Amino acid sequence: MKPQHIGVFIEQRNHELLDVGLELLGKARQLADSSGGRVSALLLGKNLTTLAKDLIPYGADTVLKADNPLLEPYRLLPYTALLENICKIYDLDILLLGATRMGMELAPRLAARLNTGLSAHCIDLQLDADGKLLQMVPGWGGGVVATIKCPDHRPQMATVMPGVMKKPEPVSRTGQVLDLPVEEEIHISGPRVLEVHIEEPEGIPMEKAEVVVVGGWGIGGPEGWRLLEELAGLLCGAVGATRPPVDEGWASESQMIGQSGKTIRPRLYIGAGISGMTHHVVGMDESDCIVAINTNPKAAIFAVSDIAVVADYRKILPLLIKEIRARLRDSRIDTCEMP
Amino acid sequence: MELSEVFLKRIIVCIKPIPDPKEWGRLRMDPDTKTLIREEIPSVINPLDKHAIEAALEIKDGCGAEVVLLAMAPLESRPVLREALAMGADRAVLLSDKVFAGSDTLATARILAAGIRKIGSSDLIFCGNLTLDGSTAQVPSQVAELLGIPSIMHVSGMDRMDGKRLLITQKIEQGHAKLVAEPPLLLALVKEANTPRYISFLEILAAEKREIATWSNETLKIDVSLIGMSGSLTKMEDLLLHEKKRRGIRLNGDSEEIARQLAEKLHQIGII
Repeated sequence: MKPQHIGVFIEQRNHELLDVGLELLGKARQLADSSGGRVSALLLGKNLTTLAKDLIPYGADTVLKADNPLLEPYRLLPYTALLENICKIYDLDILLLGATRMGMELAPRLAARLNTGLSAHCIDLQLDADGKLLQMVPGWGGGVVATIKCPDHRPQMATVMPGVMKKPEPVSRTGQVLDLPVEEEIHISGPRVLEVHIEEPEGIPMEKAEVVVVGGWGIGGPEGWRLLEELAGLLCGAVGATRPPVDEGWASESQMIGQSGKTIRPRLYIGAGISGMTHHVVGMDESDCIVAINTNPKAAIFAVSDIAVVADYRKILPLLIKEIRARLRDSRIDTCEMP
Repeated sequence: MELSEVFLKRIIVCIKPIPDPKEWGRLRMDPDTKTLIREEIPSVINPLDKHAIEAALEIKDGCGAEVVLLAMAPLESRPVLREALAMGADRAVLLSDKVFAGSDTLATARILAAGIRKIGSSDLIFCGNLTLDGSTAQVPSQVAELLGIPSIMHVSGMDRMDGKRLLITQKIEQGHAKLVAEPPLLLALVKEANTPRYISFLEILAAEKREIATWSNETLKIDVSLIGMSGSLTKMEDLLLHEKKRRGIRLNGDSEEIARQLAEKLHQIGII
């Protein structure tokens, strides 16, 4: 197998590394080791000296650092131009990016500029016998996963949603940080950023909650949604959704679980009124325990569930809430601790 | 968006007819040919595309810009385009040809970019942020790159500043960013951007008679080695059934009994 040079775009905003970059470094490390190749972390922004060093324990052999005030805050066109140069100069075979809002905007533009293939929201990445990247992408509707390859163009590009790959444990290892030149003119073109407004997140983030109560199309409306919220509140959990409730406005986009939403691995997943489309399942099927409630005994969700309840959630959940209340009264707590 | 004088001449809105998401349960994969069996699932316009059309129409209402809808789709999807026209766009162009079939996102972007150039000069191009069928969200940025114009995704609002400058609100994970941009420009919209207008039954009926310009590759003249399945840089190697990992227990009994068993299970795994 030909040694592969794997690049990982590391997203930072306000000097905070997003976990997805570290998760991808872990995956890139595995792939590089299996091919005798190496991993480069691509870090753009300003005052990055400390952040750059932090990347080596997560698996980077080299940190390619473009450190310049012109690169803060993120702007699409300068970042595209710089990444284009990096891909060409350092001859990357593979480039991985997080499917964050930044990555979703940046990756396709870069792929078009480099005239190479890109696959979105991969759930797994492997190398074939020739060292080419196999990109596993869930296909909609049919419960299938397509394996995509970009055989003839470089770099082979893929995006992965946050939480899909596991963040590696940092280990003591050696690596180097290279400073890249940034030319003034890349700043000229494109929209300018007037301000970046950071909002504090509310409640327990769904990705970190130990219990997630999830509703689908079958919930039927905001009234049923309140039942999910009550149950989640009781279990110190978060409420998640499939796509239709988000489209209907019962839930917000940040609550969406699945291929184009979040990936969760809670200790307990309780799903109500969910058919179990692959799009959703890829975002939850690594939960420790999956409970599904659906009136349709043939619903696909039951095939990925530990506990199946063929019933109307409107009947089950109020009784379950009552039952839990009775048990909690005997034992403990009236407040939830943040995980 | 409040506008008075003409400051934009033409806005192109890229839209996509997709199989109705509410019927996706009926989609099946043919295990031999590895293609999707659609079983006559009706097409609808991709939901976010309605927000893109609305954004264009709000500008048209203010300053009279021409609004052109553009789609790459099979000929059968013309009724969906007419329904989109009923919202108030001036005309629609359908790009349809067998050689377009099987295009990946970059090949699709090439075809749309060729259509946009053929329509003529445009100030703004609007798209939905993603389509529900593929959900890649890759096509808008790629169209803009091929046209050599700036693009902004995740657009949740826009206002006019002065001259031709627009103030764009972009959603980011941690909140939002405010950007200043000038046409020519491609914007990909999320649903917070606006509320699509209601179309009455009469308006839909009236749109049924409207012509839709249909362009094949004879009109666009794209090198066929760059489009369709053969022109796509990504290749599908294999298609596997998603592995079902669990075969769980089914709880039986009346509702009270089921609730009791569930609570007991929650206790066993240490949740309560």
